[in-house]
Amino acid sequence: MDIIIPVAVISGLGLFFGIGLAYASKVFAVKTDEKMEKVKELLPGANCGACGYTGCDGLAEAIVKDGISPSKCPVNSKEGTNAIAEFLGIDEGEVSQMVARVICQGTWRNAGKKYEYQGIQDCHAANQLAGGMSQCFYGCIGLGSCQHACPFGAIEVINGLAKVNPDKCTGCGICVAQCPKGIIKLVPVLTGYTVLCANHEKGGIAKRNCKVSCIGCMKCQKVCPNDAIKVKEYLAEIDYTKCVNCGKCAEVCPQSCIHDAMHERLPYEPQDELTG
Amino acid sequence: MKELFAILIGAMLIENFVLSKFLGICPFLGVSQKTSTALGMSGAVVFVNTLASLVTYLVNDLLLKPNGLEYLQTIAFILVIAALVQFVEIVLKKLVPPLYKALGIYLPLITTNCAILGSALINVDPARDYSLLEAVFFGFSAALGFSMALVLFSGIRERLETSDIPESFKGMPIALIAASLVSVAFVGFAGLVI
Repeated sequence: MDIIIPVAVISGLGLFFGIGLAYASKVFAVKTDEKMEKVKELLPGANCGACGYTGCDGLAEAIVKDGISPSKCPVNSKEGTNAIAEFLGIDEGEVSQMVARVICQGTWRNAGKKYEYQGIQDCHAANQLAGGMSQCFYGCIGLGSCQHACPFGAIEVINGLAKVNPDKCTGCGICVAQCPKGIIKLVPVLTGYTVLCANHEKGGIAKRNCKVSCIGCMKCQKVCPNDAIKVKEYLAEIDYTKCVNCGKCAEVCPQSCIHDAMHERLPYEPQDELTG
Repeated sequence: MKELFAILIGAMLIENFVLSKFLGICPFLGVSQKTSTALGMSGAVVFVNTLASLVTYLVNDLLLKPNGLEYLQTIAFILVIAALVQFVEIVLKKLVPPLYKALGIYLPLITTNCAILGSALINVDPARDYSLLEAVFFGFSAALGFSMALVLFSGIRERLETSDIPESFKGMPIALIAASLVSVAFVGFAGLVI
Protein backbone atom coordinates (compact mmCIF):
# COMPACT_ATOMS: atom_id res chain seq x y z
CA MET A 1 0.00 0.00 0.00
CA ASP A 2 2.89 2.32 0.86
CA ILE A 3 4.16 2.26 -2.68
CA ILE A 4 0.83 2.78 -4.39
CA ILE A 5 0.11 6.28 -3.10
CA PRO A 6 3.41 7.89 -4.26
CA VAL A 7 3.18 6.15 -7.62
CA ALA A 8 -0.41 7.26 -7.99
CA VAL A 9 0.43 10.84 -7.00
CA ILE A 10 3.29 11.22 -9.45
CA SER A 11 1.57 9.47 -12.34
CA GLY A 12 -1.57 11.45 -11.53
CA LEU A 13 0.39 14.67 -11.71
CA GLY A 14 1.98 13.58 -14.96
CA LEU A 15 -1.33 12.60 -16.47
CA PHE A 16 -2.98 15.80 -15.29
CA PHE A 17 -0.27 17.99 -16.80
CA GLY A 18 -0.12 15.92 -19.96
CA ILE A 19 -3.83 16.26 -20.60
CA GLY A 20 -3.74 19.90 -19.50
CA LEU A 21 -0.98 20.73 -21.96
CA ALA A 22 -2.63 18.83 -24.78
CA TYR A 23 -5.85 20.71 -24.12
CA ALA A 24 -4.07 24.06 -23.80
CA SER A 25 -2.24 23.57 -27.08
CA LYS A 26 -5.62 23.04 -28.76
CA VAL A 27 -7.37 25.97 -27.09
CA PHE A 28 -4.48 28.41 -27.44
CA ALA A 29 -3.29 27.21 -30.83
CA VAL A 30 -1.88 30.06 -32.89
CA LYS A 31 -2.66 29.81 -36.54
CA THR A 32 0.53 30.02 -38.56
CA ASP A 33 0.47 30.42 -42.28
CA GLU A 34 1.52 27.16 -43.90
CA LYS A 35 3.13 29.11 -46.70
CA MET A 36 5.29 30.94 -44.17
CA GLU A 37 6.48 27.69 -42.63
CA LYS A 38 7.44 26.35 -46.02
CA VAL A 39 9.26 29.53 -47.04
CA LYS A 40 11.11 29.49 -43.73
CA GLU A 41 12.29 25.96 -44.47
CA LEU A 42 13.63 27.08 -47.84
CA LEU A 43 15.56 29.99 -46.35
CA PRO A 44 19.09 29.26 -45.10
CA GLY A 45 18.15 29.55 -41.42
CA ALA A 46 21.32 31.41 -40.48
CA ASN A 47 19.28 34.21 -38.85
CA CYS A 48 22.06 36.64 -39.73
CA GLY A 49 19.76 39.59 -40.28
CA ALA A 50 21.54 40.68 -43.45
CA CYS A 51 18.20 41.07 -45.20
CA GLY A 52 17.24 43.79 -42.75
CA TYR A 53 14.51 41.76 -41.07
CA THR A 54 14.65 40.18 -37.63
CA GLY A 55 15.89 36.88 -38.97
CA CYS A 56 14.71 34.17 -41.31
CA ASP A 57 11.29 34.20 -39.62
CA GLY A 58 10.91 37.90 -40.23
CA LEU A 59 11.91 37.63 -43.87
CA ALA A 60 9.61 34.64 -44.45
CA GLU A 61 6.73 36.70 -43.08
CA ALA A 62 7.64 39.65 -45.29
CA ILE A 63 7.97 37.44 -48.38
CA VAL A 64 4.57 35.85 -47.90
CA LYS A 65 2.60 38.82 -46.56
CA ASP A 66 4.16 41.89 -48.14
CA GLY A 67 5.35 40.30 -51.35
CA ILE A 68 9.03 41.07 -50.77
CA SER A 69 11.26 39.37 -53.33
CA PRO A 70 12.94 36.20 -52.02
CA SER A 71 16.17 37.48 -53.54
CA LYS A 72 16.25 39.89 -50.60
CA CYS A 73 18.14 37.13 -48.79
CA PRO A 74 21.76 37.57 -49.86
CA VAL A 75 22.84 34.31 -48.23
CA ASN A 76 20.56 31.92 -50.04
CA SER A 77 21.91 30.14 -53.10
CA LYS A 78 20.34 30.89 -56.47
CA GLU A 79 18.65 27.49 -56.45
CA GLY A 80 17.20 28.14 -53.01
CA THR A 81 15.84 31.52 -54.02
CA ASN A 82 14.38 30.07 -57.19
CA ALA A 83 12.77 27.30 -55.17
CA ILE A 84 10.99 29.88 -53.01
CA ALA A 85 9.92 31.87 -56.05
CA GLU A 86 8.65 28.71 -57.70
CA PHE A 87 6.79 27.66 -54.57
CA LEU A 88 5.04 31.02 -54.35
CA GLY A 89 4.53 31.15 -58.12
CA ILE A 90 6.17 34.54 -58.54
CA ASP A 91 8.96 35.91 -60.67
CA GLU A 92 12.05 35.99 -58.49
CA GLY A 93 13.48 38.96 -60.32
CA GLU A 94 17.12 39.40 -61.09
CA VAL A 95 18.82 37.24 -58.53
CA SER A 96 22.54 37.36 -58.19
CA GLN A 97 24.86 35.99 -55.59
CA MET A 98 26.99 38.64 -53.92
CA VAL A 99 30.42 38.40 -52.36
CA ALA A 100 32.38 40.76 -50.12
CA ARG A 101 35.69 42.19 -51.35
CA VAL A 102 38.25 44.16 -49.41
CA ILE A 103 39.30 47.02 -51.69
CA CYS A 104 42.82 47.29 -50.31
CA GLN A 105 46.18 45.55 -50.54
CA GLY A 106 47.79 47.42 -47.69
CA THR A 107 49.55 44.76 -45.69
CA TRP A 108 52.12 45.99 -43.20
CA ARG A 109 54.83 45.37 -45.75
CA ASN A 110 53.03 47.38 -48.41
CA ALA A 111 51.67 50.25 -46.36
CA GLY A 112 53.75 50.38 -43.17
CA LYS A 113 52.77 51.86 -39.85
CA LYS A 114 52.53 55.42 -38.59
CA TYR A 115 52.83 54.32 -34.95
CA GLU A 116 52.62 51.29 -32.68
CA TYR A 117 49.04 50.81 -31.53
CA GLN A 118 48.49 49.03 -28.21
CA GLY A 119 44.91 49.98 -27.35
CA ILE A 120 41.65 48.10 -27.72
CA GLN A 121 42.00 45.54 -30.49
CA ASP A 122 39.24 46.95 -32.63
CA CYS A 123 39.34 48.92 -35.88
CA HIS A 124 36.85 51.54 -34.69
CA ALA A 125 38.96 52.31 -31.62
CA ALA A 126 42.17 52.53 -33.64
CA ASN A 127 40.41 54.68 -36.22
CA GLN A 128 39.80 57.32 -33.54
CA LEU A 129 43.54 57.73 -33.18
CA ALA A 130 44.64 59.66 -36.27
CA GLY A 131 42.70 57.31 -38.52
CA GLY A 132 44.47 54.13 -37.51
CA MET A 133 48.12 53.13 -37.49
CA SER A 134 48.42 52.29 -41.18
CA GLN A 135 50.43 54.80 -43.21
CA CYS A 136 47.52 54.98 -45.60
CA PHE A 137 44.54 56.88 -44.21
CA TYR A 138 42.16 55.07 -46.57
CA GLY A 139 43.48 51.55 -46.11
CA CYS A 140 42.71 48.54 -43.98
CA ILE A 141 43.50 48.98 -40.28
CA GLY A 142 43.87 45.25 -39.84
CA LEU A 143 42.51 44.73 -36.33
CA GLY A 144 39.77 42.47 -37.62
CA SER A 145 36.48 44.14 -36.70
CA CYS A 146 35.10 42.53 -39.86
CA GLN A 147 36.61 39.17 -38.90
CA HIS A 148 34.85 39.23 -35.52
CA ALA A 149 31.57 40.34 -37.07
CA CYS A 150 31.52 37.67 -39.79
CA PRO A 151 29.08 34.93 -38.73
CA PHE A 152 30.51 32.52 -41.29
CA GLY A 153 34.23 32.73 -40.46
CA ALA A 154 34.97 33.89 -43.99
CA ILE A 155 37.33 36.74 -43.14
CA GLU A 156 40.87 36.40 -41.90
CA VAL A 157 43.33 39.18 -41.15
CA ILE A 158 46.74 38.30 -42.54
CA ASN A 159 49.69 40.65 -42.06
CA GLY A 160 47.39 43.52 -41.19
CA LEU A 161 45.02 43.09 -44.11
CA ALA A 162 41.56 41.58 -44.02
CA LYS A 163 41.10 38.82 -46.58
CA VAL A 164 37.76 37.36 -47.61
CA ASN A 165 37.54 33.68 -48.38
CA PRO A 166 35.11 33.65 -51.33
CA ASP A 167 34.25 30.00 -50.73
CA LYS A 168 32.88 30.76 -47.29
CA CYS A 169 31.50 34.26 -47.96
CA THR A 170 27.73 34.31 -48.32
CA GLY A 171 27.47 37.97 -49.23
CA CYS A 172 25.44 38.88 -46.16
CA GLY A 173 27.09 42.31 -45.94
CA ILE A 174 27.58 42.40 -42.18
CA CYS A 175 31.30 43.17 -42.58
CA VAL A 176 30.50 46.05 -44.94
CA ALA A 177 28.67 47.83 -42.16
CA GLN A 178 31.44 47.07 -39.66
CA CYS A 179 34.42 48.49 -41.54
CA PRO A 180 35.16 52.03 -40.28
CA LYS A 181 37.08 52.77 -43.48
CA GLY A 182 34.28 51.57 -45.74
CA ILE A 183 36.67 49.56 -47.89
CA ILE A 184 34.66 46.33 -47.95
CA LYS A 185 32.33 46.26 -50.93
CA LEU A 186 29.57 43.86 -51.79
CA VAL A 187 29.91 42.95 -55.46
CA PRO A 188 28.36 40.30 -57.72
CA VAL A 189 30.43 37.11 -57.66
CA LEU A 190 31.04 37.44 -61.38
CA THR A 191 32.82 40.78 -61.06
CA GLY A 192 36.33 40.26 -62.40
CA TYR A 193 38.98 42.98 -62.62
CA THR A 194 38.83 45.26 -59.61
CA VAL A 195 40.83 48.28 -58.48
CA LEU A 196 42.10 47.11 -55.11
CA CYS A 197 42.76 50.53 -53.66
CA ALA A 198 40.65 53.22 -52.01
CA ASN A 199 43.28 55.95 -51.74
CA HIS A 200 42.19 59.34 -53.07
CA GLU A 201 45.47 61.12 -52.41
CA LYS A 202 47.72 62.52 -55.14
CA GLY A 203 50.12 60.09 -56.78
CA GLY A 204 53.25 61.06 -54.91
CA ILE A 205 51.69 60.94 -51.48
CA ALA A 206 49.81 57.76 -52.24
CA LYS A 207 53.00 56.10 -53.48
CA ARG A 208 54.91 57.09 -50.37
CA ASN A 209 52.20 55.70 -48.09
CA CYS A 210 51.69 52.40 -49.84
CA LYS A 211 53.65 50.43 -52.40
CA VAL A 212 50.54 49.17 -54.20
CA SER A 213 48.33 52.25 -54.15
CA CYS A 214 46.53 53.73 -57.13
CA ILE A 215 48.43 56.87 -58.08
CA GLY A 216 45.96 58.09 -60.65
CA CYS A 217 48.42 57.77 -63.56
CA MET A 218 45.59 57.28 -66.11
CA LYS A 219 47.36 54.43 -67.89
CA CYS A 220 44.44 52.10 -67.36
CA GLN A 221 41.98 54.72 -68.54
CA LYS A 222 43.95 55.20 -71.76
CA VAL A 223 44.38 51.51 -72.50
CA CYS A 224 40.78 50.48 -71.83
CA PRO A 225 39.11 49.66 -75.16
CA ASN A 226 35.59 50.24 -73.85
CA ASP A 227 36.00 53.43 -71.85
CA ALA A 228 35.09 51.51 -68.74
CA ILE A 229 37.76 53.00 -66.47
CA LYS A 230 37.66 56.59 -65.28
CA VAL A 231 40.14 58.13 -62.88
CA LYS A 232 38.28 60.32 -60.41
CA GLU A 233 40.11 62.19 -57.68
CA TYR A 234 43.32 60.27 -58.32
CA LEU A 235 41.63 56.90 -58.04
CA ALA A 236 40.66 54.58 -60.91
CA GLU A 237 37.08 53.38 -61.00
CA ILE A 238 35.71 50.61 -63.19
CA ASP A 239 32.24 50.93 -64.64
CA TYR A 240 30.99 47.34 -64.67
CA THR A 241 28.24 48.03 -67.16
CA LYS A 242 30.98 48.60 -69.75
CA CYS A 243 33.82 46.38 -68.52
CA VAL A 244 34.37 43.23 -70.61
CA ASN A 245 37.00 41.79 -68.31
CA CYS A 246 39.80 41.93 -70.92
CA GLY A 247 42.49 42.57 -68.31
CA LYS A 248 44.46 45.17 -70.28
CA CYS A 249 44.26 47.61 -67.38
CA ALA A 250 45.86 45.13 -65.02
CA GLU A 251 48.73 44.61 -67.45
CA VAL A 252 49.64 48.29 -67.64
CA CYS A 253 49.10 49.24 -64.00
CA PRO A 254 52.55 50.27 -62.70
CA GLN A 255 51.47 49.83 -59.08
CA SER A 256 49.80 46.45 -59.74
CA CYS A 257 46.68 47.46 -57.91
CA ILE A 258 44.22 46.09 -60.48
CA HIS A 259 43.55 42.39 -60.15
CA ASP A 260 41.12 39.82 -61.42
CA ALA A 261 39.59 39.27 -58.02
CA MET A 262 37.31 36.52 -59.29
CA HIS A 263 39.94 34.11 -60.62
CA GLU A 264 43.25 35.13 -59.22
CA ARG A 265 44.24 34.23 -55.69
CA LEU A 266 45.53 37.61 -54.71
CA PRO A 267 49.26 38.08 -54.11
CA TYR A 268 49.21 38.08 -50.33
CA GLU A 269 52.46 37.61 -48.51
CA PRO A 270 52.92 34.56 -46.33
CA GLN A 271 52.45 35.10 -42.62
CA ASP A 272 55.80 36.16 -41.17
CA GLU A 273 57.39 38.18 -38.40
CA LEU A 274 55.96 41.38 -39.82
CA THR A 275 52.58 40.40 -38.40
CA GLY A 276 50.74 42.77 -36.11
CA MET B 1 6.50 44.10 5.81
CA LYS B 2 9.67 43.74 7.82
CA GLU B 3 9.86 40.01 7.13
CA LEU B 4 9.39 40.59 3.42
CA PHE B 5 12.23 43.12 3.38
CA ALA B 6 14.44 40.63 5.22
CA ILE B 7 13.59 38.01 2.60
CA LEU B 8 14.37 40.42 -0.23
CA ILE B 9 17.82 41.38 1.10
CA GLY B 10 18.53 37.82 2.20
CA ALA B 11 17.67 36.23 -1.13
CA MET B 12 19.30 38.91 -3.26
CA LEU B 13 22.55 39.55 -1.43
CA ILE B 14 23.28 37.19 1.45
CA GLU B 15 22.29 33.96 -0.23
CA ASN B 16 22.59 35.09 -3.81
CA PHE B 17 21.77 32.03 -5.90
CA VAL B 18 24.66 32.29 -8.29
CA LEU B 19 27.39 33.79 -6.17
CA SER B 20 26.93 32.12 -2.79
CA LYS B 21 24.74 29.08 -3.46
CA PHE B 22 26.25 28.27 -6.88
CA LEU B 23 22.89 27.52 -8.45
CA GLY B 24 22.25 28.35 -12.10
CA ILE B 25 25.91 28.54 -13.07
CA CYS B 26 25.13 27.32 -16.59
CA PRO B 27 23.13 30.36 -17.72
CA PHE B 28 25.40 32.57 -15.60
CA LEU B 29 28.33 31.65 -17.84
CA GLY B 30 26.32 30.77 -20.94
CA VAL B 31 24.31 33.89 -21.63
CA SER B 32 26.43 36.54 -19.92
CA GLN B 33 28.42 37.52 -22.98
CA LYS B 34 26.18 40.42 -23.89
CA THR B 35 24.15 42.64 -21.59
CA SER B 36 21.15 42.44 -23.92
CA THR B 37 20.92 38.63 -23.80
CA ALA B 38 21.57 38.73 -20.06
CA LEU B 39 18.58 41.04 -19.65
CA GLY B 40 16.37 38.72 -21.72
CA MET B 41 17.38 35.73 -19.63
CA SER B 42 16.87 37.71 -16.41
CA GLY B 43 13.35 38.68 -17.40
CA ALA B 44 12.48 35.07 -18.14
CA VAL B 45 13.96 33.84 -14.85
CA VAL B 46 12.11 36.42 -12.75
CA PHE B 47 8.87 35.56 -14.52
CA VAL B 48 9.18 31.79 -14.30
CA ASN B 49 10.66 31.65 -10.82
CA THR B 50 7.86 33.71 -9.28
CA LEU B 51 5.22 31.56 -10.97
CA ALA B 52 7.02 28.33 -10.14
CA SER B 53 7.33 29.30 -6.47
CA LEU B 54 3.58 29.81 -6.30
CA VAL B 55 2.67 26.54 -7.99
CA THR B 56 5.25 24.31 -6.34
CA TYR B 57 4.30 25.68 -2.91
CA LEU B 58 0.68 24.80 -3.57
CA VAL B 59 1.54 21.34 -4.90
CA ASN B 60 3.65 20.68 -1.83
CA ASP B 61 1.08 22.04 0.60
CA LEU B 62 -2.02 20.45 -0.87
CA LEU B 63 -0.72 17.24 -2.40
CA LEU B 64 2.58 16.08 -0.97
CA LYS B 65 2.38 17.16 2.69
CA PRO B 66 -1.02 15.66 3.50
CA ASN B 67 0.12 12.31 2.11
CA GLY B 68 3.51 12.43 3.83
CA LEU B 69 5.29 12.39 0.48
CA GLU B 70 7.86 15.16 1.06
CA TYR B 71 10.60 12.88 -0.27
CA LEU B 72 9.01 13.14 -3.71
CA GLN B 73 9.51 16.91 -3.83
CA THR B 74 12.38 16.89 -6.31
CA ILE B 75 10.74 14.74 -8.97
CA ALA B 76 7.31 16.29 -8.49
CA PHE B 77 8.70 19.81 -8.76
CA ILE B 78 10.63 19.05 -11.94
CA LEU B 79 7.41 17.75 -13.45
CA VAL B 80 5.41 20.74 -12.28
CA ILE B 81 7.92 23.33 -13.43
CA ALA B 82 8.43 21.77 -16.85
CA ALA B 83 4.69 21.54 -17.45
CA LEU B 84 4.14 25.04 -16.10
CA VAL B 85 6.72 26.64 -18.37
CA GLN B 86 5.32 24.82 -21.38
CA PHE B 87 1.84 25.98 -20.47
CA VAL B 88 2.93 29.57 -19.92
CA GLU B 89 4.71 29.53 -23.27
CA ILE B 90 1.59 28.35 -25.08
CA VAL B 91 -0.59 30.92 -23.36
CA LEU B 92 1.85 33.79 -23.93
CA LYS B 93 2.20 32.93 -27.59
CA LYS B 94 -1.54 33.26 -27.99
CA LEU B 95 -2.42 36.12 -25.67
CA VAL B 96 0.72 38.30 -25.24
CA PRO B 97 2.85 37.86 -28.38
CA PRO B 98 5.13 40.86 -27.60
CA LEU B 99 6.14 39.34 -24.24
CA TYR B 100 6.56 35.95 -25.91
CA LYS B 101 8.91 37.49 -28.45
CA ALA B 102 10.84 39.41 -25.79
CA LEU B 103 11.46 36.30 -23.67
CA GLY B 104 12.09 34.27 -26.80
CA ILE B 105 14.34 31.27 -26.52
CA TYR B 106 15.10 31.89 -22.84
CA LEU B 107 11.70 30.78 -21.65
CA PRO B 108 11.98 27.09 -22.62
CA LEU B 109 15.68 27.21 -21.85
CA ILE B 110 15.15 27.63 -18.11
CA THR B 111 12.55 24.88 -17.77
CA THR B 112 14.98 22.53 -16.12
CA ASN B 113 17.32 25.11 -14.67
CA CYS B 114 18.67 24.24 -11.24
CA ALA B 115 18.16 27.78 -9.94
CA ILE B 116 14.40 27.41 -10.47
CA LEU B 117 14.29 23.96 -8.91
CA GLY B 118 16.60 25.08 -6.10
CA SER B 119 14.36 28.01 -5.31
CA ALA B 120 11.29 25.75 -5.22
CA LEU B 121 13.01 23.28 -2.89
CA ILE B 122 14.37 25.96 -0.57
CA ASN B 123 10.90 27.48 -0.41
CA VAL B 124 9.35 24.35 1.11
CA ASP B 125 12.24 23.73 3.50
CA PRO B 126 10.49 23.07 6.86
CA ALA B 127 13.21 25.05 8.68
CA ARG B 128 12.11 28.21 6.88
CA ASP B 129 8.40 27.71 7.40
CA TYR B 130 7.37 30.26 4.76
CA SER B 131 3.79 31.24 4.20
CA LEU B 132 2.48 31.29 0.62
CA LEU B 133 3.11 35.05 0.24
CA GLU B 134 6.59 34.75 1.70
CA ALA B 135 7.41 31.80 -0.54
CA VAL B 136 6.34 33.64 -3.69
CA PHE B 137 8.23 36.72 -2.60
CA PHE B 138 11.32 34.61 -1.89
CA GLY B 139 11.12 33.15 -5.39
CA PHE B 140 10.81 36.64 -6.85
CA SER B 141 13.70 38.03 -4.79
CA ALA B 142 15.97 35.09 -5.53
CA ALA B 143 15.33 35.57 -9.24
CA LEU B 144 16.09 39.29 -8.86
CA GLY B 145 19.36 38.34 -7.20
CA PHE B 146 20.11 35.99 -10.07
CA SER B 147 19.36 38.75 -12.57
CA MET B 148 21.56 41.18 -10.72
CA ALA B 149 24.48 38.75 -10.74
CA LEU B 150 23.92 37.96 -14.42
CA VAL B 151 23.73 41.57 -15.57
CA LEU B 152 26.69 42.62 -13.39
CA PHE B 153 28.75 39.79 -14.79
CA SER B 154 27.77 40.45 -18.38
CA GLY B 155 29.03 44.00 -17.91
CA ILE B 156 32.34 42.62 -16.67
CA ARG B 157 32.56 40.22 -19.60
CA GLU B 158 31.91 42.98 -22.10
CA ARG B 159 34.87 44.79 -20.59
CA LEU B 160 36.96 41.61 -20.74
CA GLU B 161 36.29 41.37 -24.47
CA THR B 162 38.31 44.51 -25.08
CA SER B 163 41.02 43.94 -22.47
CA ASP B 164 44.53 42.80 -23.13
CA ILE B 165 44.40 39.26 -21.74
CA PRO B 166 47.22 36.70 -21.96
CA GLU B 167 46.54 34.28 -24.82
CA SER B 168 46.06 31.20 -22.63
CA PHE B 169 43.47 32.96 -20.44
CA LYS B 170 41.25 34.26 -23.25
CA GLY B 171 37.60 33.21 -23.22
CA MET B 172 36.31 30.88 -20.54
CA PRO B 173 39.35 30.83 -18.17
CA ILE B 174 39.30 34.57 -17.55
CA ALA B 175 35.50 34.45 -17.22
CA LEU B 176 35.78 31.84 -14.48
CA ILE B 177 38.46 33.84 -12.68
CA ALA B 178 36.30 36.96 -12.88
CA ALA B 179 33.29 34.98 -11.63
CA SER B 180 35.26 33.74 -8.63
CA LEU B 181 36.34 37.29 -7.78
CA VAL B 182 32.75 38.53 -7.96
CA SER B 183 31.75 35.59 -5.77
CA VAL B 184 34.43 36.44 -3.20
CA ALA B 185 33.11 40.00 -3.14
CA PHE B 186 29.66 38.67 -2.29
CA VAL B 187 31.04 36.77 0.71
CA GLY B 188 31.16 40.21 2.29
CA PHE B 189 27.36 40.18 2.54
CA ALA B 190 27.44 37.01 4.65
CA GLY B 191 28.02 39.11 7.76
CA LEU B 192 24.90 41.20 7.16
CA VAL B 193 22.41 40.77 10.02
CA ILE B 194 18.84 41.79 9.44
